[in-house]
Amino acid sequence: MPQSLTTLLILLSLCCLNGNGAIAQTPEQRGLEIAIEADRRDTGFHDFKAEMNMILRNAHGEESVRDMRTNVLEQANDGDKTLIVFDQPRDVKGTALLTFSHKRGSDDQWLYLPALKRVKRIASKNKSGPFMGSEFAYEDLASQEVEKYTYRYIQDDVLNGQKMFLIQRDPVDPNSGYSYQNLWIDQQHYRPWRIEYFDRKRTKLKTLEFSGYNQYLGQYWRAAQMFMQNHQTGKSTLLIWKEYHFHAGLGENDFTQNSLKRAR
Amino acid sequence: MLNPAVPVLQPLMNMISILHYGLFLLIVLLSNYTQALDISGSISTEGRLFLNSPQNPNQHEGHNLSIAIEPEIVQEWDDGHQRITFKPFYRWDLRDTKRTHTDIRELFYMQYGDGWEIRFGLDKVFWGVTEALHLVDIINQTDMIENPDGEDKLGQPMLKLALERDSGNWQLFILPGFRERTFPGRAGRLRTLLPVDTSQAQYAAANGKQHVDFALRWSKTIEEWDVGLAHFHGTGRDPSFRLGLNKNAQPVLIPYYEIIDQTSLDAQYSHGNWLWKFESIYRTGQTGGNYFATTGGFERTWVGFRGHSDDLGILAELAWDQRGRRSTTPFNNDLFIGVRWTANDTQSTELLAGMITDWKNGSKSINLEASRRLNNDWKISIQARGWFNISKQDPLTNIDQDDYVEIELTRYY
Repeated sequence: MPQSLTTLLILLSLCCLNGNGAIAQTPEQRGLEIAIEADRRDTGFHDFKAEMNMILRNAHGEESVRDMRTNVLEQANDGDKTLIVFDQPRDVKGTALLTFSHKRGSDDQWLYLPALKRVKRIASKNKSGPFMGSEFAYEDLASQEVEKYTYRYIQDDVLNGQKMFLIQRDPVDPNSGYSYQNLWIDQQHYRPWRIEYFDRKRTKLKTLEFSGYNQYLGQYWRAAQMFMQNHQTGKSTLLIWKEYHFHAGLGENDFTQNSLKRAR
Repeated sequence: MLNPAVPVLQPLMNMISILHYGLFLLIVLLSNYTQALDISGSISTEGRLFLNSPQNPNQHEGHNLSIAIEPEIVQEWDDGHQRITFKPFYRWDLRDTKRTHTDIRELFYMQYGDGWEIRFGLDKVFWGVTEALHLVDIINQTDMIENPDGEDKLGQPMLKLALERDSGNWQLFILPGFRERTFPGRAGRLRTLLPVDTSQAQYAAANGKQHVDFALRWSKTIEEWDVGLAHFHGTGRDPSFRLGLNKNAQPVLIPYYEIIDQTSLDAQYSHGNWLWKFESIYRTGQTGGNYFATTGGFERTWVGFRGHSDDLGILAELAWDQRGRRSTTPFNNDLFIGVRWTANDTQSTELLAGMITDWKNGSKSINLEASRRLNNDWKISIQARGWFNISKQDPLTNIDQDDYVEIELTRYY
């Protein structure tokens, strides 16, 4: 049929143009496409549990530790729900943080203070603030939703012998602590390997390096280590992820204020 | 009315002791064949310096030293769905024999499933949203000799059922066994001018401490709103006082605990860097008639204050009590203004400074609380409280001379 043939020709031409991406797409479209593909590959995990250990190091090399456990529940049309319970340092043992992250707008956060047995809804615009005194800001650890940034593909690159996409992403939220970030994603599995953070004055603030990727459920890649170096203060934080357990049987009722009060 | 109620109370105290002992045994038993117990806790040393001479020569001068220990033993099984928690508390005080006291803060069995939770035993429950005054918080008795801010609570025997439904979070409490408020002894500071004789406590309930109290609470989060509605029926936690004599024929205050009904509403609206908070109660049954009381205000936070990671918050809350000058609380026509500074540093340094002013009689309270982690195990806290321009009509007149500075060093394990 002539009409089908026309359609086929159009499809073919689109396909070829796509293959010649640099011409067919703007860098913004290409960047967004990579972000969407990375997100697609990490969708459908439903839930997981993991342990997090942080080693904070100041400019003099003095160390302190943060130990916590996290539960994460994926949401179909919104950001993830996360419950974090602290074990170390000891004075905050039993303190727990419940976050409902959203694709757009502020997240919802509740903090449980075990000494008072009190749940406090907290102002979650504080996303640029340090997480537990570490070099990670809340927004660095929050659920990474496509909608939270605008994207621009910069170039293909090579990092640690792997082919990468280098894209720049700008936070949509005016309360973010960053003007933009440079993100290296490997071309094979779409996993982040390095993020450079630029502060509001567009000066380089931090670099995050991912290492030790393991695959879970035959699909989902998670880094075993995340090392954040602050270039302006000389401080660093090493975040070690352990005991990943996907499909841990978590449901909506494990992310309520009642669950926050009994978390430990 | 002056009959000591002790004989009536004895069986109940025995019952509570049995309850304690029974649960304790259960812990010991379980520890023998399930996973290891999780043991943690803290030991804190507290030094207080009182800046003025006391109003009553029986009260101690100058400094005080006190040590408190609060271990927590937890046994979990059934993949965490069942748990026993045991949290005893002991304080030794150099000056005030009444402040040397023991309590079981928590000793409960908990089980939860999909959308439900039950607890049985002694536990602590907090309700409310405001910072300066906790109006709706009623389940637990205040351990008043711990700190004049009233935030320390005694363990309350309870059976609690919580249900998560689309309609909200429902909590039902059956509260057998009343806990009496603690008060400083004759030698202690931060007390009423006449000491309180708790051994003569009186009750509106014919069965005294054995009266079983009930409470029901509904709460729900609706986007930026967190709302709670509750009702309590039973022996009120804050007593009225009657004049009396102790066994040495000295004048004392005798606490009288009424049967009350209290309906409460609490709400918080969280938007951006603003938190708006509101609490209100209507109480019947208290000596002096039925009344409304309300408190509310806001907390506004500036993130990244001073250019880096510090947060600065401004708090303002009003407190109003329909009883006015007849209020049993100092917070009847009061304005609280405070500043909260959070360094967000490795040591979690924070400071909260505030002033409460009675806009009718001009009485002022000043509070300062600061804390900093020293290392993984140690933390230091500083507290200072002062009372200024206190009206003779304000209940704070009792502690007008008790301005103090406190340093507390806590070791966690």
